[in-house]
Amino acid sequence: MSDGARILLGHGSGGRLYRDLVRDVFLAHFDNPVLARLDDAAALVAAGRIALTTDAHVVQPLVFAGGDIGRLAVAGTVNDLATAAARPLGLAAAFVIEEGFEMARLHEICASMAATAAEAPVAIVTGDTKVVQRGAADGLFITTTGVGEIVVDHEVAAAAAVAGDVLLLSGTLGDHALAVLAARGDFHFTLDVQSDCAPLWGLVEAALAAGGTTVHFLRDPTRGGLATVLAELAEETGLGIDVDEDALPVSAAVRSACSLLGYDPLALANEGKMVLAVAPEGAEAVLGALRGRTEGARAARIGTLVAQHPGRVALRTPYGTRRVVDMPVGELLPRIC
Amino acid sequence: MTPPGSSSDAARVAGLAAALARVGQLERTYMEVCGTHTMAVSRYGLRDLLPPGMRLVSGPGCPVCVTAVGDLDVVVALSRLPGVTIATFGDLVRVPSSRSSLAVERAAGADVRVVYSPVDAVDLAAAEPDRQLVLVGIGFETTAPTVAGALLVARERGLPNFSVLSLHKTMPGALRALLDSGESRIDGFILPGHVSVVTGSDCFRFLASEYGVGGVVAGFTADDVLTALLMLARQERPAIEIGYRRAVTAAGNRVAQDVIARVFEPCDAVWRGLGAIPDSGLRLSAEFRAYAAEERFTVDPGAPEEPAGCRCGEVLRGVIDPPDCPLFGRRCTPEMPVGACMVSSEGSCAAHFRYRALDLSGGGRV
Ligand code: SF4
Repeated sequence: MSDGARILLGHGSGGRLYRDLVRDVFLAHFDNPVLARLDDAAALVAAGRIALTTDAHVVQPLVFAGGDIGRLAVAGTVNDLATAAARPLGLAAAFVIEEGFEMARLHEICASMAATAAEAPVAIVTGDTKVVQRGAADGLFITTTGVGEIVVDHEVAAAAAVAGDVLLLSGTLGDHALAVLAARGDFHFTLDVQSDCAPLWGLVEAALAAGGTTVHFLRDPTRGGLATVLAELAEETGLGIDVDEDALPVSAAVRSACSLLGYDPLALANEGKMVLAVAPEGAEAVLGALRGRTEGARAARIGTLVAQHPGRVALRTPYGTRRVVDMPVGELLPRIC
Repeated sequence: MTPPGSSSDAARVAGLAAALARVGQLERTYMEVCGTHTMAVSRYGLRDLLPPGMRLVSGPGCPVCVTAVGDLDVVVALSRLPGVTIATFGDLVRVPSSRSSLAVERAAGADVRVVYSPVDAVDLAAAEPDRQLVLVGIGFETTAPTVAGALLVARERGLPNFSVLSLHKTMPGALRALLDSGESRIDGFILPGHVSVVTGSDCFRFLASEYGVGGVVAGFTADDVLTALLMLARQERPAIEIGYRRAVTAAGNRVAQDVIARVFEPCDAVWRGLGAIPDSGLRLSAEFRAYAAEERFTVDPGAPEEPAGCRCGEVLRGVIDPPDCPLFGRRCTPEMPVGACMVSSEGSCAAHFRYRALDLSGGGRV
């Protein structure tokens, strides 16, 4: 491939250029026997119940500290499967590429997808590519669909959470959101924050192994942050939630950027974190299992599901006062006052 | 300073609350002027720590909230002009104007950009020389110097397609108008920390000398706000004090004051809730008139209409608390805001709603 090669409309036409693209880029990076058959549909074998999820990824910029759209596309879908206690069996990836996109960047992003998939571990077993005219897409969009095999017999869902369950969070808040904003050049200061973007099946598998049926609920606090996950959990269960602000892990860099910009770490997106609701008798074991892994090194016990104040999340501030936590609304904006 | 949220900070705050309880037995109403204070008070649940007689009301310090609906109409009308890009900051985009909002216009095809810093707007103008870029400047003495700085950069770079619609306001005049109205009882002010970094505390002396109302310039941590309240409660006679010495001086920042004085000149301004206040706004000075959007474009925004039932005006004057508005939390929420005070994160209604204290007595929603 020559330097400066770019995606042409013809790469999406299904003809020769398309075949070259599939062979030189996708097969080269995602190399696995199922994909190599180039059948229209991939055949997978599952033992029991399966989970299915899909997610469209449209991040700008495409590359940021700690990750890129490719890593995000794989990790996001693997993590959605993990919330259903599902071991990923295979991913499908659909690429919408803007005409003129540099081939070298596509290679980098596919290499990152492949590396993330290996980490998960999961194979990218089928896919599709469309090329749209310049201006019709912002560089590259990736939609990933995942199928997973549910490895537990008990229900892992909001409906399974009960009063008394302990809430665990697998690590620090806000790193992803701030890394992306910093990569956009929106801040006029340098910020030493890396996105936490990572596939979490290994972490969840360890938690399930340690906690078994005491693990009642799993959800990844992506867009809308921890605030959204907790508000939804309270609403879906009809229970109250008590959270301890002191217990929330937040890195020093994120904390100071937040106080400068007026952001609330609870509202910031994460791409490599998991919230778990665990019966009290399993909480210590699960916390230990989380902390035993790099992605969970800063895991913490952050709160409890309670019968009081149903449907509401109450945050206890370090000053002993309490306030309600709601879902954040709209765009993330710095304060101007 | 101890790091906010640390155990030593929490201990200090508990100590301050106890000290307040000892001195603050009298009925007192203090006003926190600045939107960031409103956020901090709600976020840390500081109302829970005040002694029974002490009340804290929000003032006219949220830049988005005090922007008059008629001015928003002008911005909306500008956004509809062909070839015009609007750059602005904060939540202004979502604030309802008389018959629209920038968000609605953007969805309908207007080019509206949110910038983090005014200089970003200069870069946008340079990147798209075929479009007219209008930077909508809102905010007080804190943001005015940054907009002035952007204008200086645009002039230096010779960008003919850059202009500024200055809706900037200055704080002292608004506080004077508030006290003149005599409508609400104010026993003291928590004065704005960020504004005072620029202006210095001296510009607020008239509050004590002419109106007999004291004030303390405060920072934004729980410790800062309670320290300021304690200083106010302990004042034997009205005075203007600084409780935020790590950032604020009596004279302020001369460089920032100079750039404001060079680029802007005082003008009358209309404030939401307070009405027209003489010399409380900033427009571009004669030297920079050519960059004034109101000189460059002619628009007919129509007659301004306040959102029906919204009591932002009274909220901004500290006459009512947000929950006293019949629409609060019912028809008006951060998702579906009726008035500006529910849109901006610095707005009193939004802060009250978002960080409302937990009512442990009942389980119902607000
Ligand atoms: S609650 Fe809504 S309608 Fe009522 S004053 Fe506040 S912004 Fe206006």
